[in-house]
Amino acid sequence: MSFTHTSHPKAAAEFVQNTNRMNWHDEALWFIRTKRDRIAQTVPDWELLRQQASEIKAHTLSKLDTYLQQFEENAIANGVTVHWAADAAEHNAIVLKLLQKVGATKIVKSKSMLTEECHLNPFLEKQGIEVVDTDLGERIVQLRNEPPSHIVLPAIHIKKEEVGQLFHEHLGTKKGSADPQYLTNAAREHLRQKFLAADAAITGVNFAVAETGGFVVCTNEGNADLGAHLAKLHIACMGIEKVIPQTKDLGVFLRLLARSATGQAITTYSSHFVKPAPGAEMHIVIVDNGRSTQLGREDFRNSLKCIRCGACMNTCPVYRRSGGHSYHNAVAGPIGAILAPNIDMKEYADLPFASTLCGSCTDVCPVKIDIHNQLYKWRQVLTREGHAPAAKKAGMKMMASVLASPKKFSFSGKMARRMLRWFPKLAVNGTLNPWGRQRELPKVPDQSFREWYKQHKKETK
Amino acid sequence: MRVALFVPCYVDQFYPNVAIATMQLLQNLGVDVDFPEQQTCCGQPMANGGFEDYTAGCNKNFIRSFTGYDYVVSPSGSCVLHVKDHLHDASNEAAATTVRTRVYELCEFLTDVLKVKQLDVSFRGRVALHQGCHGQRGLQLGSSSERMLPFFSKPMQLLQMVKDIEMVPLLRGDECCGFGGTFCVTEEAVSAAMGNSKISDYMQHNAQVLTGTDMSCLMHQEGLIRRQRLPIRVLHIAEILCGNS
Repeated sequence: MSFTHTSHPKAAAEFVQNTNRMNWHDEALWFIRTKRDRIAQTVPDWELLRQQASEIKAHTLSKLDTYLQQFEENAIANGVTVHWAADAAEHNAIVLKLLQKVGATKIVKSKSMLTEECHLNPFLEKQGIEVVDTDLGERIVQLRNEPPSHIVLPAIHIKKEEVGQLFHEHLGTKKGSADPQYLTNAAREHLRQKFLAADAAITGVNFAVAETGGFVVCTNEGNADLGAHLAKLHIACMGIEKVIPQTKDLGVFLRLLARSATGQAITTYSSHFVKPAPGAEMHIVIVDNGRSTQLGREDFRNSLKCIRCGACMNTCPVYRRSGGHSYHNAVAGPIGAILAPNIDMKEYADLPFASTLCGSCTDVCPVKIDIHNQLYKWRQVLTREGHAPAAKKAGMKMMASVLASPKKFSFSGKMARRMLRWFPKLAVNGTLNPWGRQRELPKVPDQSFREWYKQHKKETK
Repeated sequence: MRVALFVPCYVDQFYPNVAIATMQLLQNLGVDVDFPEQQTCCGQPMANGGFEDYTAGCNKNFIRSFTGYDYVVSPSGSCVLHVKDHLHDASNEAAATTVRTRVYELCEFLTDVLKVKQLDVSFRGRVALHQGCHGQRGLQLGSSSERMLPFFSKPMQLLQMVKDIEMVPLLRGDECCGFGGTFCVTEEAVSAAMGNSKISDYMQHNAQVLTGTDMSCLMHQEGLIRRQRLPIRVLHIAEILCGNS
């Protein structure tokens, strides 16, 4: 499911308009953030663990080609077929070809943000292939014909009553029932049929281990395992940044991932896949899709350290109030806002501005990505590349000229204060000035500080 | 010790009392303070808006105004962070570097340079502290709740030296208020919603006064408070610490 483009401020304002839903969304994510805080506190040297994870990723990114080749070599030795895709189109074509080769028409898929990024579902559906997302949250948004709004909690924007209505329409549950246990059970029955009937399973990859050629998939529902073990064909899709050097590195990342994501000590399932079962096929598709470009951008390289825990979304005070869809990208929130412009600056020029640069994302990130600094840097890049609105550019130019000159500054300040005193309504008119829609302007003082200082500097000394 | 007062542009124009309080506070502590009158703005409004390239004029003027001082002190964590992170001058980078390393936010200047241990002032009221994010996370004026490190807060340390003051605990003490520079108008809906969350936290804890290290955060929250006619008085931390409020 892909997005129709609405700018972040507009989509955010729509989400904010439903105050009850916004507050509930904010509370739900804040609850997870505090759960994460509590469990992180129980880990001695949490900050050291973050540092270690960050350094392992930095090292891996500095030798990415070597580790990817080592991973490929070992995976092939294990009996796995490895494919390389330069972009989303190549990735989708490879997956389609593999499915067509065995005549697969019914596919189960566990969570993979990469396949969301590549818009694999609509691509396969056009070819007459049924793709069922088997993660419960993903299935809910799929039935609603919507993209996920969060990378770990895809349906966090939807209330249980809405799920009840949705399941009533699609799965035949009792009308008006919103009991989570009842609804989960219905989803389980429904998905079980899909698992049993599937010709192939697609999964994501959380970590690909170079030294063994194996990979790890983390889920809470066991849906990746069920899909991959029942079907004859398993296709695992991964971005090039998913590789880590050694098995022992998992001891660092698995400790951080679930704690940061949901406040759990570990995901219910951390499944290690190494080789295909007898009589079955296992394929890995390694995808670039802009990542090597990002790797080449020194200021933004660190964004590739991301392990997709979603902690930056849970902590982001903007995300919690604007909802994931306002980011109109597969990966929402602060991390999405620094990844998306790499793929399309024009399309995502609004995202780095959807932040107050409060820095909470950077402090919560388990691999220490300096997210808020990269947001600041993207703003500069986007402006230099000509993606700033003309009116803003003109305004900024004028402001810069006034603020650089003590004389112009004093004069304009005096004028502005006088205007506000004479025509206070002008500034509070919400249509002319968004500040005034919900806020009063400061009371205008008679004198600026510099005027006061001129009069009093003798006595202050 | 030559100390210059750096007054953020909007404080100069709209909150002269905050600058006066800062000056008096420093003088009460025996510091001889200058206000270089050629100063204007640190350039942050343009830079955060993506127009860092337009800040060369501001940077030059800033360096000219503050060169030669041992310390540059300002009642704003946000403006100080901007200077520390982004003040450059291609034609005189050495001078820029010197200024960058000598600029201090008011509270950290008091706790780290002057090493203030007591203040002879009193303030009656239930006070909520909003540590601006740029000061707290950027300048590390206080520990942040995301990081698993021992708690500390320089502004709180100073407020606790004030007699009779009652600091109120908050549910989400270091959540951003939603000001964010141009964000407060370009993302007006989210900005106001964030501010309102903060204010309901203060109201729930019966705070009578809101204080903080950045007048920009406070201006935004005060705007919401006044529009809703809520019984919360807003004061910059300098106004409480100088004993004149």
